[in-house]
Formats: sequence, structure tokens, C-alpha cells
Amino acid sequence: MVTGSPTTAPTPLEEELARIAGAVLDPELPVLTLAELGVLRGVHVHGPGRVEVELTPTYTGCPAVEAMSTDIENALHDHGIPDVSVVTVLSPAWSTDDISEEGRRKLAEFGIAPPRPQGPAGGPIPLTLAIRCPHCGSTDTELLSRFSSTACKALRRCAACREPFDHFKEL
Amino acid sequence: MTARTTTGDAGATTVPAATLALGDDALVLAQRLGEWAGGAPVLEEEVALANIALDLLGQARVLLSLVGDEDELAYLREERAFRNCQLVEQPNGDFAHTIARQLYFSTYQHLLYRRLAAGDSPLAGLAAKAVKEVAYHQDHAEHWTLRLGDGTEESHRRMQAACDALWRYTGELFQPLDGLDLDTEAMERAWLDSVTAVLGRATLTVPPGPRTGAWSAGAGRQGLHTESFGRMLAEMQHLHRSHPGASW
Repeated sequence: MVTGSPTTAPTPLEEELARIAGAVLDPELPVLTLAELGVLRGVHVHGPGRVEVELTPTYTGCPAVEAMSTDIENALHDHGIPDVSVVTVLSPAWSTDDISEEGRRKLAEFGIAPPRPQGPAGGPIPLTLAIRCPHCGSTDTELLSRFSSTACKALRRCAACREPFDHFKEL
Repeated sequence: MTARTTTGDAGATTVPAATLALGDDALVLAQRLGEWAGGAPVLEEEVALANIALDLLGQARVLLSLVGDEDELAYLREERAFRNCQLVEQPNGDFAHTIARQLYFSTYQHLLYRRLAAGDSPLAGLAAKAVKEVAYHQDHAEHWTLRLGDGTEESHRRMQAACDALWRYTGELFQPLDGLDLDTEAMERAWLDSVTAVLGRATLTVPPGPRTGAWSAGAGRQGLHTESFGRMLAEMQHLHRSHPGASW
């Protein structure tokens, strides 16, 4: 969890508010919190009752950002912060490597094959791991479409249990 | 809608002309791809084209917001004020035309964003994010080019016709963009190498004609557009113009 501005360590209040904002659920993947998705970039207290939250989108055009912003505002309002502004930051770009281990486990449990780890850009070329069916666990799966219910997912089918499933694409 | 986005250290763009051109490219192609909704050949493609359009729309919103009010720019400008290249405004045609347009444009956009991401212009932040999205668009277009080109006699004929028809609009992509320090000649060589390789694998012929040409092609950046663009804009803008300030 990243809190505070890059130059100063987060205060205990900022850490507490970051926990509250980070516990908000993703509107499209309601089993994941924003902290587990890795989209919460920072919480800054700019004055009494005045807080700025930095959020990064998974995809530039992700329509869930507006719902996330509203949900964060409501969560912090409920915590007694009247003035909440949520700003979108693009840099550094979000990567599926920002999804936490717990987040990956929950995705699989929800029936979505989690993204494979990519490692640092420019590093050694990772092995291409098979994508495992979240229903039966078979690695014998095939790509049906590069884009599925949302831009961040691909549609696959398991050759073992014949069930189609979504795969969170590496980004 | 309003977007409040920070793209990195620079809040306001110092390259408004180039930012507007790239924003218009993304906006216009998003609108064209959106026209497939309800009419794509198969459900998976319907979803794929809509998702690609959504990525482009997101990029357009960020870019246009760097220049001014995104809604005013999208809905209240006249045709001659748009700075998109003529390639993206070309009608969808049959599915092969849409794929050829996607192949030519996504190959260019990936080269462009990769360079911008490595630079220090105000667009670097967006480019670093968008280049990863566009990699999937290019992959999608290349796979379809292979399937159609190396498919049936009919699909091969149509894919070749589409590649030929859009070829004349590809030269404009490599006109220098005002204020951006890009080696457009190197980009053009890389683009030609990439497209030539894909067409070769797809058993298609690299079109023989010029890549810029007649009076009509190659002037979108100066506000000169092809005939069908006005009709596309009318459809895109009419709701906003009919109900100014409406919201739900």
C-alpha cells in the first residue's frame, strides 16, 4: 500500500484513511478490494476534513473509475471526511503485477483465471505458463477471444471440463 | 462527463497541436469501431471491437482534456477543426476493411506510443499506459489478417482488396507532428517492415500503389477530411447538439 506523498512518510491518519479507501470493493469484480487490485496510489490529508485520494485506472478507458471514485468518496464521508477529491493518475502505469497474491486467489475463486506474473520490464523473459481453468484446474485451455466481458479480460475455454471462463490478461 | 487526470509531472500540455491530432485519431476510430455494435460477424468480435473502441475512447478523453474541455472538443467542433488522420475516418466497409484499418493504425500507434513513452514530453505518462493496451489491438488485427488472408478464396480476395483500398491513407501517419520530437522516418521504416511481414505471412501482397497521393489523401492533420467523415460527425454530435447541457 502506497500512502502519503513520495517525499514525506504517511501520517497515522493517512494510513487509516488509506485502509478505509483500500477496503472499497471493485464495482466490476466485487470480490476484490481496491487495495488488492493495486489501483490506490496514495491518500493525502491537505487540511482538516480535506483529503485527496490518488487512483490509477487499470485501462485508460476503464469505465469503473467513476464508480470507484464515488464509492471512495462515500466511504470517507462516512468516516467523517467532508471534503474528498479523487484524482486519476496515469503514471507509473498500472500493471497486473500490482494485483496482490490475495487478490489473485480471490479472482480464481470467483471463476476468473488470474493474470500470470510478468516481472520487471526489460528483465529476463519469463516462461509462458499455461493458463489454468478456474473451475477444474486443468491447464488444457484454449483462447476463444482476446477481448471478453471487459477490455481487461480474454475469453477462454477449458478442454477438460468444457466450461468457458474469463482470463484476466497480463498488462 | 469530466475527467480529472494527471499524466505525470506536466499538468498542461506544451504540445497542443500534436495532442489534439492524437486525441482526434483515438476519438474518431473509437466512434467508427462503435458502429459495429449490434452488427459484428460474431458475438466475440462484437465484444472485441467494442473493447478496443473503449480503450481508444479512454485515450481520447485524456488527450482532449489536456487541450481543453473534452465534451466541447468532441461534440461542438466542425469538421474542418478535427485534426485526425484520414485513415481512421474511413468507413468500416466489410469486416476485412475494418481489420486492414486496425492493422495499419495499431501498428503505427504502437510504434508512436512506444517512442513517446520513452521520451519526456507531457504525453509520456499516457503513452506508457496506452502502449500496453495497443499491443493487444495490434495482436488482434494481425491474427485476423492472417486468418482472412490465408483463409478461403473469398476471404483472401476481400482482405487484399481492403489492404489495397486503405494503403493510400497510410503515408499521412508519418508526417511530423508539431512539437513532438519523433524520428518519423525511422517509424515509417519500422511500420513498413512490420506490415510487410504480416501481409507476407497472410499470403497477401503489399499494395503497389503510392502511400499518399491524390488530392484527397493525406490532409486530415490540416483539417481536410474525406466525404464520409461529415456524416460520421453528424451522428456522433447530434444528441449533444440537440440537448445542450443535458445529463442523466
